[in-house]
Amino acid sequence: MSVLIGRDTKLIVQGLTGREGRFHAHACREYGTSVVGGVTPGKGGAVVDGFPIFDTVRQAMSQTGADASLIFVPPLQAAGAIHEAMVAGIGLIVCITEGIPVLDMVRVKRALQDHPACRLVGPNCSGIISPGQAKAGIMPGNIHMPGPVGIVSRSGTLTYEAAAQLSALGIGQSTCIGIGGDPIVGMSHRDALALFEADPDTRAVLMIGEIGGDSEEAAARWAQDHMTKPVAAFIAGRAAPPGRRMGHAGAIIGGNGNGSAAEKMARLREAGITVVDSPAELGVTVARLLEPDQPAAAAAKGRSR
Amino acid sequence: MDIHEYQAKELLRAHGVATAREQLAGSSEEARALAVAYGGRLVLKAQIHAGGRGRAGGVKIAETPDEAARIWSQMMGMTLVTSQTGPAGRRVRRILAAEPVATARAFYLGLTVDRSIGRVVLAASAEGGVEIEEATRSSPGSVWRAEIDPMVGCTPQMAEVLGRGLGLDAGLVETWKAMVVRLYGLFIEKDCSLLEINPLVQTPEGALIALDAKMSFDDNALIRQPEIQCLRDASDDVPQEIEASRLGMSLVKLEGEIGCMVNGAGLAMATMDLIQLCGGRPANFLDVGGGASEDAVRHAFRLLLQDAAVKVILVNIFGGIMRCDAVAAGIVNALRESGARVPVVVRLDGTNRAEGRRILRESGLELVVAETFQEAAERAVSLTTERMRQSPGGTP
Repeated sequence: MSVLIGRDTKLIVQGLTGREGRFHAHACREYGTSVVGGVTPGKGGAVVDGFPIFDTVRQAMSQTGADASLIFVPPLQAAGAIHEAMVAGIGLIVCITEGIPVLDMVRVKRALQDHPACRLVGPNCSGIISPGQAKAGIMPGNIHMPGPVGIVSRSGTLTYEAAAQLSALGIGQSTCIGIGGDPIVGMSHRDALALFEADPDTRAVLMIGEIGGDSEEAAARWAQDHMTKPVAAFIAGRAAPPGRRMGHAGAIIGGNGNGSAAEKMARLREAGITVVDSPAELGVTVARLLEPDQPAAAAAKGRSR
Repeated sequence: MDIHEYQAKELLRAHGVATAREQLAGSSEEARALAVAYGGRLVLKAQIHAGGRGRAGGVKIAETPDEAARIWSQMMGMTLVTSQTGPAGRRVRRILAAEPVATARAFYLGLTVDRSIGRVVLAASAEGGVEIEEATRSSPGSVWRAEIDPMVGCTPQMAEVLGRGLGLDAGLVETWKAMVVRLYGLFIEKDCSLLEINPLVQTPEGALIALDAKMSFDDNALIRQPEIQCLRDASDDVPQEIEASRLGMSLVKLEGEIGCMVNGAGLAMATMDLIQLCGGRPANFLDVGGGASEDAVRHAFRLLLQDAAVKVILVNIFGGIMRCDAVAAGIVNALRESGARVPVVVRLDGTNRAEGRRILRESGLELVVAETFQEAAERAVSLTTERMRQSPGGTP
């Protein structure tokens, strides 16, 4: 099993006829995802690389039975694309687009309240992969392997790093969810923890956060009361200066040190989460959580990598 | 993007918010003339992109026109170090000259996006001149907040509740309501990320005047805000950072010696963190983009080599869709072209990593190919220590 996506997922790609959309529609299909079509307004009826193109999400859903959408639409149109998919009644939206204006996302967040059955992952994210089953995102499939660890992260390449460290130890992943690096995103760390807690095949969770906001702290508070599975966490940005945006629009330490890595790590530790100090020890730390009796063996294996 | 106080006030006036009489003074003589025009006294305010000016000597009151001219001359060109500028401070290039305003009461009024709830929040307090975070901490009861539903907007009723909470004089409530509603409109129309009037003062005559103002804008939205883009003052920005942003990369200059080149923001931060954990100091944050194309790598080397503080370069690339062999070829080409005079440590992982590392090792270039993330950081730190010992005094 896995969360959010799996073998049965039927994916459409909004913006499939664009360069990025087309490239990744292929990559998702090659990984084994059932990519049933694309949506580009005005290009309905066309067939691109075997993908049928529809004018609207609603048409694509009724023709193909799609239940998830992956969005590669330019930033100023992306909120509209998310809204269209939401109103069409799709269950899962994964928005890869980086650079969506914040106030557009304020309106999207508000509209999501009227569509409680719809889950939005992202924007500005690497997407979702359930190794061995399906991917809806831009991550490389070959660094992943199926297994018991759920990963939730605000960052793309750092998630790849974590997955690769785990895979190198022979530890696979149930699902990896990139929730995105923007200040306002759909799914939160907490939402992802709840999904992993309920997933019978996930035995431990790695939560990757970064400076800015309080998504990790909120997740930790929730985990303290609701999580039975072990959670390890890493917070990127302890070396970051306050007040500067570190690449991601949401990665900025606020006034009075709000959202600093030290602050977050302290809150997470208080909630009983295993905080990893070094980004080189993501894999071995999770290995120890899974096999608490053999910490030395797991650690040694990790160093040999 | 931040704009200066005088620019924010122009926007406020265009949206019906009163300010004192004020304008930029381009010379000491102009400052003297403005003091005369405003009745003898003058407030001179350094225009820099950072708060905390008052305590750092960036806001002064001249009692006479002569003093105004003298203060202008002292202030222009000085470097202001405030709690928000960092140790390098900011050079004063513009001075706003304002008519002094008598104050009966002072308020705080601010709009910002609260990311944890995903809404615009209006905040007000009766302690004008105090930072809102400070007021929230010292007397939480004095801060009034309203979360705004984007489908409804800021209503006059919402503004009224806030105004009454502040204990606003009854005669001012209508002015206040209209002002708050207009400010919300301005915030939305211009894609602001912060709009603060602090203090908003009530004069003894009963007028509401914005005495200081701060506005920041969402970088992601600038593309649809050409008028706001025109307000950019890049004179304080680090040239390397501007260049990186033009190239679609993200660079933040830091204080250390190890130049970092990484793909992806999270991994770039983690790389800085690991350098620090290993006892070194990163010279920068640099995200060349998730894909790490050859072009991006070439530009990134050029940017890092421009920085005299960089003693060692650490390249940490996780090859995904862009395979490691392609990245390695890009690194080799870029390094040959750049004629790098500093040691380079490369850590490549991900798709086709063995082939990528082979290309690096067989390139004939003097670079350290690290097998693991940990090893890369350790080598970069030890090489830096060696270099610093060889040429002491090279950096602070």
